[in-house]
Amino acid sequence: MDYKVRLEVFEGPLDLLLHLIKKNELDIFNIPIAEITADYLNYIKFFRKLNLNFAGEFLVMASTLIHIKSRTLLPSMETAEEEEPEDPRAELAARLMEYEKFKEAASILKEREVIQRDIYGRLPLIPQDEDYTIEATLFDLMDAFQKVVFRVEKEVREIIQEDIKVEDRIQEILNLLENKRFINFETIFSGQRTKRLLIVTFLALLELIRLKMVFARQTRLFGDIRIYRAKRELAA
Amino acid sequence: MEKEELKNIIECLLFFSNEPLRIEKLAEIMERGDFDEIKEAVEYLQKEYELRNSGLQVLNIAQGYQICTRSEFSSWVRKLYKAQTTFQLSLSALETLSIIAYKQPVTRGEIEKIRGVDASYVLRALLEKKLVRISGRKKLPGRPIIYGTSQEFLRYFGLKDLSEIPSLEEIKPPASG
Repeated sequence: MDYKVRLEVFEGPLDLLLHLIKKNELDIFNIPIAEITADYLNYIKFFRKLNLNFAGEFLVMASTLIHIKSRTLLPSMETAEEEEPEDPRAELAARLMEYEKFKEAASILKEREVIQRDIYGRLPLIPQDEDYTIEATLFDLMDAFQKVVFRVEKEVREIIQEDIKVEDRIQEILNLLENKRFINFETIFSGQRTKRLLIVTFLALLELIRLKMVFARQTRLFGDIRIYRAKRELAA
Repeated sequence: MEKEELKNIIECLLFFSNEPLRIEKLAEIMERGDFDEIKEAVEYLQKEYELRNSGLQVLNIAQGYQICTRSEFSSWVRKLYKAQTTFQLSLSALETLSIIAYKQPVTRGEIEKIRGVDASYVLRALLEKKLVRISGRKKLPGRPIIYGTSQEFLRYFGLKDLSEIPSLEEIKPPASG
């Protein structure tokens, strides 16, 4: 018989706790804290055994559970007798309830995503120059750069030592833009085969953008980026 | 302008547009001041598509209107346009988005408190996808960044506006046990 380990993927310690509560059909507001703590710690050990990288947050929750457990074991010594002592599990229960709601809300969004994925709207036509109106953000630039790096990585076979300065690349980018209004983002990197050179070029581009000597613009949907030369009159 | 004509002009505009068009935008293009009149015409158009059982539909999404294909025919559209990705959001992205949608404007710390895990990576991914936007900074020590949902969020989930998602009180966790 096949022996299969099925590992549930938990989004975090609260998710794992909810899973344990559901699995054992427990009441969120009346969690048998000793049992659940043991159960939870077993899971952590299991993660360890599998050598899984789990976030430190799982350990924080473990200590929270142990703390609650110790508080439930200790007789409460203070307060007026008639006053109901606060249940040390109350805060955790509230957190679990809240988290569960958002988990449910996420599944509602998921349903909508699935429906919406099958509905298509018109795509933009071949972008015209005047469509390049949106300023590319750093994220957009990083994305575009990653694509370039990825493509080159597949081609590169040897390591070449070279010494190239950001200032040199700045000048070269400006040269590329000479007598042109814009160049495509990829053009700046064409012919560059080493990661080092790519990175230096990218830094040069970021510097030019910072100095407002060039602008990175894109269309709304295609997202490919053009580098525009800043107008001459801006240069003092 | 006849009602019929108004409707036809709107159809042209929605047909040609690659994003949802707002009533205000339609009114501006058509140089008309009466939003109700435009809204009525859009709804008339919407009904018409429904009644003649069209492959297209006029959707009310992201606070505007757009002509889109109906989901029943998605497989055919996909054959024509292969590049359309089958990208899906991860569970952590969806959870984070739902927290932002309900609690906005919300800080990273507040999101992390609810989910119990670090949110920086997933927030970055959501910002990149433009589903989330930075809506400012909170007037607290450290002036933490506050996040909100974007127009793209509405479009992505096919929502007219945020009121279309059920309120937190309405959400019942799945019956446990």
